[in-house]
Amino acid sequence: MDAKELIARRIACELKSGDLVNLGIGLPTTVARYLPPGIDVFFQAENGLIGIKPLPQIGMEDEYLADAGGGFIGAIPGACAFDSCFSFGLIRGGHVDITVLGGLQVDEQGLLANWTIPGKMVPGMGGAMDLVTGVKRVIVAMTHTNKGERKILRKCTLPLTSVRPISLVVTELAVIEPTAEGLVLKELAPGATVEQVVAATEARLIVSSNVVSMPLAA
Amino acid sequence: MAKGVTLSDAVEMIPDGASLMIGGFMGVGSPHRLIDELVRQGRKDLTVIANDTARPGAGIGRLIDAKAVKRLVATHIGLNPETQRQMIAGEIEVELCPQGTLAERIRAAGYGLGGVLTPTGVGTSAAATAREIEVDGRMFLLELPLAADFALIGAHRADYCGNLDYALTARNFNPIMAMAGATVIAEASEIVPVGVISPDEVVTPGVLVDHLVERELPHGR
Repeated sequence: MDAKELIARRIACELKSGDLVNLGIGLPTTVARYLPPGIDVFFQAENGLIGIKPLPQIGMEDEYLADAGGGFIGAIPGACAFDSCFSFGLIRGGHVDITVLGGLQVDEQGLLANWTIPGKMVPGMGGAMDLVTGVKRVIVAMTHTNKGERKILRKCTLPLTSVRPISLVVTELAVIEPTAEGLVLKELAPGATVEQVVAATEARLIVSSNVVSMPLAA
Repeated sequence: MAKGVTLSDAVEMIPDGASLMIGGFMGVGSPHRLIDELVRQGRKDLTVIANDTARPGAGIGRLIDAKAVKRLVATHIGLNPETQRQMIAGEIEVELCPQGTLAERIRAAGYGLGGVLTPTGVGTSAAATAREIEVDGRMFLLELPLAADFALIGAHRADYCGNLDYALTARNFNPIMAMAGATVIAEASEIVPVGVISPDEVVTPGVLVDHLVERELPHGR
């Protein structure tokens, strides 16, 4: 199991039946593959749909039915479509239960930077700022380090996505929860040690009194 | 009541330098024939307000490829490397805006509001151009209305009155842009007799649509 699959399998355990869920482009999208049996959630595409499901077969594309990355998708029975104002009303208005987003940096205050590297990568924020500002639970899915460079920092150096703290960071090494006291190390990936996580993290970590092993969806 | 206009006449109404709102999200729901005709007629120096610029060779990306755009207001250009290249080379001016904020700025213009207050972007670089306003102890950004000379709408069906409906995720920014363009030009995949789209199903009332692009029949007339 590679790092990204492990992260997706851990985050899948966060979803509860009835949740309205928005998955970002890339790694976050793969969380849907590991939805535990018996858990029924609704996936939102911010371009205007509740009820995404994968395209059943290549060649069955509907030119009017795509996800926010422009990839063609299917829809579940009971799906519904709406315009961009409504879609972001759902997001900003706190009607979406969980969003899973990629991250470039997270800091001790739980703040996220994930939309630009000035001078290098200027894709635009898309829906990320609205999602981090308005969704009930914001889960960041990212590798713990980038080519050895630490990403969980004392203070983000890249432009912030929101001044609202995120709810949880899941990496291939650990699950970390931002709290009023700071970042709490709550879970370790199979084979990972507290020392290894601390070394890969610039931010100060509060090691929970009962660090447990990460549950992983099948 | 007849609003039909040929594709070339529709685009001839749009001068160089005009500001255009263009519906669509990664090309889905964009008015593709109008975009192609803008390129064919060699329109230049356009200001485009849209969610994104799709990909090179697709949707609004074709206007970028043709160097027809001078200024862009969008939420995401990450999937179009050519837009990023032109921005970094200083060939195109790009204003990036959070997606929910772009939608609300367009809505504000169309709905006659002086702006909207949103928590999105407070304390970030998106706040650089907006005024912060405190309401009951919570901070918001005052985002100002965004209007355009033309709104180019991609609909699913239109009837002879110009009433429009949309399909699935092709709706996106189209209905709100149809309220915010001074002149609204729509193209539809189907044109149907009045009554086929029932009053409850009409999303954009025909009174908002100034011109409806005539069909192109696959086997001629």
